[in-house]
Amino acid sequence: MPVLRWIRRNLVVIAGLLTLAYMILPNIVVMVFSFNKPKGRFNYAWQQFSLDAWKDPCGVADLCGSLSLSLQIAFWATLGATALGTMIAFALVRYRFRARGAINSLIFLPMAMPEVVMAASLLTLFLNMGAELGFWTVLIAHIMFCLSFVVTAVKARVMSMDPRLEEAARDLYAGPVQTFVRVTLPIAAPGIAAGALLAFALSFDDFIITNFNAGSTVTFPMFVWGSAQRGTPVQINVIGTAMFVIAVLMVLVGQLIASRRKSNARN
Amino acid sequence: MSVTEAPPAPTPEEPRELTLRKPSTRKRLVPYWLLLPGILWLVVFFALPLVYQASTSVQTGSLEQGFEVTWHFQTYVDALREYYPQFIRSLLYAGTATILCLLLGYPLAYLIAFKAGRWRNLVLVLVIAPFFTSFLIRTLAWKTILADGGAVVDVLNTLHVLDVTSWLGWTESNRVLATPMAVVCGLTYNFLPFMILPLYTSLERIDGRLHEAAGDLYATPATTFRKVTFPLSMPGVVSGTLLTFIPASGDYVNAELLGSTDTKMVGSVIQSQFLRVLDYPTAAALSFILMAIVLLMVTFYIRRSGTEDLV
Repeated sequence: MPVLRWIRRNLVVIAGLLTLAYMILPNIVVMVFSFNKPKGRFNYAWQQFSLDAWKDPCGVADLCGSLSLSLQIAFWATLGATALGTMIAFALVRYRFRARGAINSLIFLPMAMPEVVMAASLLTLFLNMGAELGFWTVLIAHIMFCLSFVVTAVKARVMSMDPRLEEAARDLYAGPVQTFVRVTLPIAAPGIAAGALLAFALSFDDFIITNFNAGSTVTFPMFVWGSAQRGTPVQINVIGTAMFVIAVLMVLVGQLIASRRKSNARN
Repeated sequence: MSVTEAPPAPTPEEPRELTLRKPSTRKRLVPYWLLLPGILWLVVFFALPLVYQASTSVQTGSLEQGFEVTWHFQTYVDALREYYPQFIRSLLYAGTATILCLLLGYPLAYLIAFKAGRWRNLVLVLVIAPFFTSFLIRTLAWKTILADGGAVVDVLNTLHVLDVTSWLGWTESNRVLATPMAVVCGLTYNFLPFMILPLYTSLERIDGRLHEAAGDLYATPATTFRKVTFPLSMPGVVSGTLLTFIPASGDYVNAELLGSTDTKMVGSVIQSQFLRVLDYPTAAALSFILMAIVLLMVTFYIRRSGTEDLV
């Protein structure tokens, strides 16, 4: 049977594509249901096509407020975690110091800890200190759990850097600051960018730690969680779809620019 | 880029050049200044909270009168006695989801690394892109997909799959939603990228010539995979399974959105004890037990698989 033989030969590809379909399916459902006009409060069953939600994405109370809050928190958390994490990564790769093992485990542990444990213990700290839960406590928590991921991303890049490039810069009479800004930083930039992107995504989408430490402040994931109990507005799907499309477009444009540059460089 | 072609890593352990004088104190302090803010952050907002939680777990008292440390270890015993089904369920669901992630994720990672050719970047983007839609929204989409009387349930019913799974206790005879299978399906879905990306990274590093060499030595594709590819991808398998199992074991989002009261995981209990019941000692004890279980399993697993450097 030629068909069976073809299937056998391409088994890996077929299995891989099926997994990909499994991963993409919910996104397609989210997209399709952003054009739905649900009958009740919940947007789980298809009724009829409508553009209502797309015309008025902020039409639900508090939705866009929570979205903008999430974006702000993600921005500051990314900035904080990237700065602190990059410094740690450089120290780990470039210098000798005491207690390296302890510091390594302190960085590894937050990644090896179920989120709910960190969430609960951080809330215990805040309650004990009498801190007011809100924007600041969420930001503190986000910087904390993003930090380790940034360190890992930047460290990988700095470790694969050729130290001779910096030596060459120094031989050419560049000062330490100049060497760092003109040589070290540009080479480390992809690692730092990857760490920052990861931090942004983690912070923006975080629910468990945020839910514990936000008090009455509502971030976008918390809004979605609440709406799962009270009724899901179609606007949620609109925003989910828009973010997905924007992200994919950004990646595609980036790829296009990169390949343009490459072909320009060749000519 | 293969491992052999990587530029030599700097060796900070050895002095790069012969220095004639000792580095100044200012220079020796540089690493400490670099480490200080970040490490301080982790100590204050990660390590210290764990200490506070340990102390909370042995306190007794009430919200009105306040809590006091009384070394009341009975809380742990009571918590375990009352909530051991949720613990077992969490570990079972997370374990199943991890195995499913490995089985589903490996072919896709393999496809991206070796078979995708010029489609590689596109497939990688498709793996990462779902991240940009909030995972809660995507988890809610599973409610639509697995809905009673929906296409998936109909097909499974027609194929008599649900008869088997309901006999096993994974689903009910006519519905998938609000059953263990829905929760495991959601967990698997949510943590698949965390399995695929490390797998892909370690597969991509494998030198293609090793495959050729195995073929030249008359190894069948299956043998090549068993003896060459899979062993070399072990670091990816280890970090992928950890990145899946750890968050899955503490997750309560999937259990709450896709499950029922019979599928509650320990994360749900911790959350409701902490935020709704306000029984802080029990919540603290539960989350300490969860942490201990996970850390023990992780340590044992890392030792067994022989990969020590994960950071």
